[in-house]
Amino acid sequence: MTSEGVTRRRPRRRRVLWPYLYVLPALAAMAFAFGYPLVQVVRDSFYAGDFTSNPIWVGLDNYKGVIDDPQFRQSILNNLKLMLSVPIMLGLGLAIALVLNDRIRGMRQYQAIVFLPYVLPATAIGIAFSFLLQQNGVLNTALRDLHLGPLAQDWLGNSHLAIVSVGGLVIWQQLGFGVVVFTAALLALPPETAEAARIDGANWWQLQLRVLVPQIRPIIELLTVIQVITVISWVFNYVYVLTTGGPGYASSVMELYIWRSFSNGSNGTAAAVAVMLFGMASVLIGLSVWVRRQVASV
Amino acid sequence: MRTSAGARIVGVLSRHAFLIVICLAALYPLYFIVATAIRSNAAYQLNPTGFPSDPTFASLRDMILHQPLPRWMWNSFLVTLSSVAVSTLIALLAAYAAVFGRFWGHRVFLSTSVALMVVPPVTLLVPMFILMVNTGFVNHLQSVIVFYTGLLVPFAIFFLANFFRTVPVELIEAASSEGAGPFTVLRRIVMPLSGAATFTLVVVQAIWVWNELLIALVFLQSESSRTLMAGLTQFQGRFVTNQPLVLAGALLSIAPVVLLYLSGQRFFVRGLTAGIGK
Repeated sequence: MTSEGVTRRRPRRRRVLWPYLYVLPALAAMAFAFGYPLVQVVRDSFYAGDFTSNPIWVGLDNYKGVIDDPQFRQSILNNLKLMLSVPIMLGLGLAIALVLNDRIRGMRQYQAIVFLPYVLPATAIGIAFSFLLQQNGVLNTALRDLHLGPLAQDWLGNSHLAIVSVGGLVIWQQLGFGVVVFTAALLALPPETAEAARIDGANWWQLQLRVLVPQIRPIIELLTVIQVITVISWVFNYVYVLTTGGPGYASSVMELYIWRSFSNGSNGTAAAVAVMLFGMASVLIGLSVWVRRQVASV
Repeated sequence: MRTSAGARIVGVLSRHAFLIVICLAALYPLYFIVATAIRSNAAYQLNPTGFPSDPTFASLRDMILHQPLPRWMWNSFLVTLSSVAVSTLIALLAAYAAVFGRFWGHRVFLSTSVALMVVPPVTLLVPMFILMVNTGFVNHLQSVIVFYTGLLVPFAIFFLANFFRTVPVELIEAASSEGAGPFTVLRRIVMPLSGAATFTLVVVQAIWVWNELLIALVFLQSESSRTLMAGLTQFQGRFVTNQPLVLAGALLSIAPVVLLYLSGQRFFVRGLTAGIGK
């Protein structure tokens, strides 16, 4: 009976149709949350006003205005400055992962602790950091107690240091991510190569830098791209609670600039910056998809 | 080969010392939040680094009884629960169809999901906000719920599709050849096998929604509709001179996350790092 049903291919029709039905809600959700706003934001970037009344077509004026705005230039510069935190967090993360990879006792516990900051809400943590780093906060008090008073700084109020403090918070929270990813990659390596190097008399440093690190290079590259995307386009939380872009706009970033323009009713400006940010992110996203393929093919 | 026992001990100890320093740096801000939340404001003002030798629960009690925090926490809970439930369901169907149904274009569909995973939400904010204003959803939890749901879907599909690829096709084929329809196969065979994976996915998505700030800040601006994270930033401005109180709020917002982490650490690690590798 059943084999008859199969040979008569009645289920064939259903087999052809059902996947389309099953994928439909996902397509609808993605069209709603990504498709619509991505198309609309490009349109919006050519109009002025807050869009409640009739918007006015202004062509490229929003873009021109943004590029001439020192506040925007400072914001984009700060995103670039934050990119300096990527080699630090990944370098340190790699060092920790290599040490853990020596099957050190308590490895799981260490890893659990180092990863913990990554899961915590950036908002709550950022608020705590804003108190730790204030003029008479914990850090400066501790420095003075240790007779290192001259090192005490206005970490959040100094226009040069504010973005550095943001970078510090980003490193603090993102470090564990690299550690866990690198540890997993190292543990998945075949032990033979390391064994062979050891027999050939390689010392610890040579083993790490010449044998182990090159083998996980694709993962390092992928994580670099992912973290660059993070500091270019996912740092709103940190900046908002730590400095709100201050003092003035010294520690503003592109996301904050979008949020500010938008809160001031300059929706067209906000949209123009969003389009530019998306353009930058797209290049990086393309790169990440490409690097991901390299990882998968290893 | 020639390393002496002494050098070896130094090596091991220095590694532990390095890791302990890192761990202390990772834990200190948490200690600071807990310690300050249970200190009186006067004691804290006198010495911010002090030990809570005279603990008080006044700030925590104030947060729970006299501040809108419980309401905001409930909002966050509702938003998290509904958006995660819906996105997981949508992604289960789609990933199942993409992996086992192999509809026309399933490859493009999957790589689109991977690309959308990293689209910064801030770029979508302006049109979505205008849409919410026009439809009257601003200041209603539904506005963030539908948006979060959509934002979560690409990662959920990517994650589940990766998992489904490890399910032996023979199981599926055996069941369908016995006349089971696609939904029965999904419900009776695929879903029971995906318990751990689905749970991991739920945890990761829940953390993301619970921690999200930007969208919540923009879409929910009335006092009663705020989520916990957006509410916390209000406290930061409102109680400038009472930092223990603000940190009591921060502590209450972190506590559920930490408890979840301690109870299922491996799910977190696996899920949050799933965007990497195979």
